Amino acid sequence: MRDFALHRPASVSAATAAFAGTDGEAAYLAGGHTLIPAMKSRLRMPDALVDLTGLGLSGISRDGDRLWIGATTRHADVATGATAIPGLACLAAGIGDAQVRNRGTLGGSLANNDPAADYPAAALALDAVIETDRGSHTADDFFQGMFTTALAESEIITRVGFAIPQQSSYAKFRHPASRYAMVGVYVARHAGGWRVAVTGAGPGVFRWTDAEAALNAGTDTAGLVLAADDLNSDIHASAEYRAHLCGVMLKQALATLA
Amino acid sequence: MQMTLTINGESHSVEAPAASLLVEVLRDQLGLTGTHIGCDTSQCGACNVLVDGAAVKACTMLAAQAHGSSVTTIEGIGSEAALHPMQAAFRDAHGLQCGFCTPGMVMAGLEIVRKHGTKLTPELVTHELEGNLCRCTGYINIVKAIVAGAAAMETAHA
Repeated sequence: MRDFALHRPASVSAATAAFAGTDGEAAYLAGGHTLIPAMKSRLRMPDALVDLTGLGLSGISRDGDRLWIGATTRHADVATGATAIPGLACLAAGIGDAQVRNRGTLGGSLANNDPAADYPAAALALDAVIETDRGSHTADDFFQGMFTTALAESEIITRVGFAIPQQSSYAKFRHPASRYAMVGVYVARHAGGWRVAVTGAGPGVFRWTDAEAALNAGTDTAGLVLAADDLNSDIHASAEYRAHLCGVMLKQALATLA
Repeated sequence: MQMTLTINGESHSVEAPAASLLVEVLRDQLGLTGTHIGCDTSQCGACNVLVDGAAVKACTMLAAQAHGSSVTTIEGIGSEAALHPMQAAFRDAHGLQCGFCTPGMVMAGLEIVRKHGTKLTPELVTHELEGNLCRCTGYINIVKAIVAGAAAMETAHA
């Protein structure tokens, strides 16, 4: 790994200042479980890293109909602490492996927006509000395709508010080696209707609006077929196979609503 | 850069590049070679250590990220003369063959006890060991060792 300057700010404003003050490329560091491997393989060679874990952005609290989770809250802590949304806790408990869950963070996952990551599906299905140092984004506007979000270059996610649903569940078909989602489907029943989000299948997380409409209308979802046209096709799975898996994961998620 | 880490209960002040991985500082600067580098891609868990009590892969953490933290390595839990109950269980259950993955497996075992207590089932251990790879044993005896080691820890602390 190429060496870099490491900043450990104690406030959000100091973090953005360190980022802006970097001569060259700066990057934010949270759990580092995507960034450090990318730096080891020299896919990323930042001149400076700004560590966000000293900003006091960890913790889980409920405020009315939303569950707020700090950006640097570890997956392991969401798995045990997000009891108000069992589907979200269960999703966090299934990210990576035990050691990864002790390091990886919610904010890091959302900011990275890996097309096969789990958290983006929860954020979209749970109509999340993503608060940052300079405002807030709705999940519907936040995810903009593969590794792309609405975040400005130095913008920092501070906390995420998930709408607490009546019921929700997440089902994923894991890639047998990487354990990332080949397809993951998060279903959530809100007072205002169902939301269904799909990760892993396409170039970015997306809402499966046909499934939402069928669930809202109370019609059978068993015959729903997602068009394969825009889905990923690679050596692991064809687009048609991923489309099929979407239906299977939807069925599994609906069978395990909690 | 300068960093201070408490390793196995002892404070160490280390001068190392910011890009140094925790496993590199442990092995190359402090001579604690019990923590192994297997895949170097956060898959295999041979580099497992405990940071503030929680298991992490030391190949995917900067040493500087452990600044101010307490790190426990395989050297810190027992000695040849007095094995930790989890280490003794690996020996008794033949939970290793070549031994390369063993330090990480033992630390993973301690993480499982931290999270789930000392009464473990093989199914739970198998699930929780998802982040550790062994290419020799087929895992059966590793799982047995962790179940037995956890039970022995209960007795040791009773």
